[in-house]
Amino acid sequence: MTTNEVARDASVQLPDDVPHGRADDAPDRRAADHDQPLAIDVRGAGKRYDDFVALHDVSVQVPAGGLTALLGPSGGGKSTLLRIIAGLTPPDTGQVLIDGRDVTHLPARERGIGFVFQHYAAFKHMSVFENVAFGLRVRKEKPAAVADRVNGLLSLVHLEGFADRMPSQLSGGQRQRMALARALAIEPRVLLLDEPFGALDAKVRAELRAWLLDLHDRMHVTTVFVTHDQEEAMELAEQIVLISGGRIEQSGRPSELYDTPATPFVMGFVGSVTRLGDAYVRPHDIDVTTSAGEGSYQAMIERVVWLGFGCRLEVVLDDGQRVTVQATRAQVDHWELRAGDIVFVRALRSYRFPAPGGDGVRPEAPTPA
Amino acid sequence: MTDLGLAPDIADPPAGRSRSAAPVTGIGTSRRVRYLLRTLALAWVAALLVLPVGFTLYRTFSDGFGPVVDALTDDWAISALRITVIAVAISVPLNTVFGIVCALLIVRGRLPGRSFLSALLDLPFAVSPVVLGLALFVLYGRTGWLGPWLSEHGIQVIFSLPGIVLATVFVSLPYVVNELVPVLDEVGTDQEEAASTLGARAWQTFRRITLPSIRWGLAYGVVLTTARALGEFGAVSIVSGNIGGQTQTLPLYVQDRFEAFDTTGAYAASTLLALIAIAVLLTMTRLTRHREDR
Repeated sequence: MTTNEVARDASVQLPDDVPHGRADDAPDRRAADHDQPLAIDVRGAGKRYDDFVALHDVSVQVPAGGLTALLGPSGGGKSTLLRIIAGLTPPDTGQVLIDGRDVTHLPARERGIGFVFQHYAAFKHMSVFENVAFGLRVRKEKPAAVADRVNGLLSLVHLEGFADRMPSQLSGGQRQRMALARALAIEPRVLLLDEPFGALDAKVRAELRAWLLDLHDRMHVTTVFVTHDQEEAMELAEQIVLISGGRIEQSGRPSELYDTPATPFVMGFVGSVTRLGDAYVRPHDIDVTTSAGEGSYQAMIERVVWLGFGCRLEVVLDDGQRVTVQATRAQVDHWELRAGDIVFVRALRSYRFPAPGGDGVRPEAPTPA
Repeated sequence: MTDLGLAPDIADPPAGRSRSAAPVTGIGTSRRVRYLLRTLALAWVAALLVLPVGFTLYRTFSDGFGPVVDALTDDWAISALRITVIAVAISVPLNTVFGIVCALLIVRGRLPGRSFLSALLDLPFAVSPVVLGLALFVLYGRTGWLGPWLSEHGIQVIFSLPGIVLATVFVSLPYVVNELVPVLDEVGTDQEEAASTLGARAWQTFRRITLPSIRWGLAYGVVLTTARALGEFGAVSIVSGNIGGQTQTLPLYVQDRFEAFDTTGAYAASTLLALIAIAVLLTMTRLTRHREDR
């Protein structure tokens, strides 16, 4: 994938001392190690539904033991890719390898995968215990072994007291934990999650994220999850594969996507972005002062939006260009910024992309000012 | 409290009135409408269902149990019951299996022309049973297309049990399919896909996941199929030849007794038909309940 390589090239040129304000920017503990053996290797997968091309020739590599996010807007093909890996959707072209074995023509049940669905897919007519036991029962395991394993999993997902409940008596978060225990019961080689927290409210979602991360740290099952929420992908994943329009826009560590985006789309999808002159800039990478400096633009503040942790300034340049600036409260207080004030804005770090349609997308290295 | 032109009921509901009453429409009117609707519905059911069935029961037993027992132990009556039970016992399981397979094909299958198949299956609803009886006659009769060949091989369809079963199967064909298609659509494929990722084979998935999730629709479809198979008259009356004691089903027997001015016999057989249908309904309800509790 060319965009992918380009992104890595760009990251090589990235100066280390570029200031940026993200706290979770250096999770080296979870950095994807590309020398690790591959758990999943998708080669040139393509899928078309009548006139609609869901996936164009997509290749993805997932290192063993990692946590990878397939991120992208809805309808972009990320769920199709996950279903192709699982064997739930047959690809028109391409190959799928799991642990080095070609599974392209194997049915889902022989791929050794655990799959978690967005809407839980709970077996409604079975108790929580029987739901989790299902994979073991169809394998004709001994009842005593089934009971041991299921009880162990139920305590792992904090559902010890719920074994005899029916799924309809559980909350959404509990149902999703049950679905996860059910998927883990068969000791899958890879765990695939399709928008696992998409149907849950924000608070439960945050809890489950933290809990999933903890679970992954303990079990080290290679995990791939689909999400349209860039924050979720940033928080959980060691590797993000950004998919849109059936193609991979970029893949890499969260910090790579954030700091060296391959395209304006990637830049806008993983964070907020504004234009300053010709350059693309993150609003928090714009410095505001009251005196002119090198590379600064004169601007008038149109609006000061108070956000609690900081302020958003909406400013207009002399030529009419509107720019969004993320300022700290210290800045706003120090300069006593008000709507109508004249200020000078300067990009601390900016990006330029060649016009779309050009041959090969090559972003310039971010320019530290 | 100053009233701003609102009706007193809305602005300040007096204590003691039901809180569940709608605040805008007056409580009295809505209650009156409710009772009126209930009365209408009950009267309608009474006129169409309770009264005729009740009157049949009353007339059946108006002379005591003796004549009823006599009427039902008549040779022709026993033969009619036997043939009806055989026809139902063959057509209901056959149509149940066929209905499940067809519904799965229509909803889950990727076959082209699914809507055509689905429309075709409604044919028995659209075509009058008498027309169907004639069609079977044309096909399997002594001068029909298949009749001579079959009778050479010792198989008689028309004027015998196979014809009756064939006609019964056809008229009761669509009920299970029609009940299952919307249920299968509603249930979706998530649970089946989950089962397959957990290692279940197609048959295991069907038995452990699909079948339990469609059991209500299936039970209702079976009840409807049974009722239809029990009561079939038009098609069967043509293909069976209506030979008393030999090819007469219970509905044909009822008509036969009625025309012979044997009202006790007609009423007794009718009551028996109704009782069988009710027994099937109760059994299916109990069976599905039982599985639900487990």
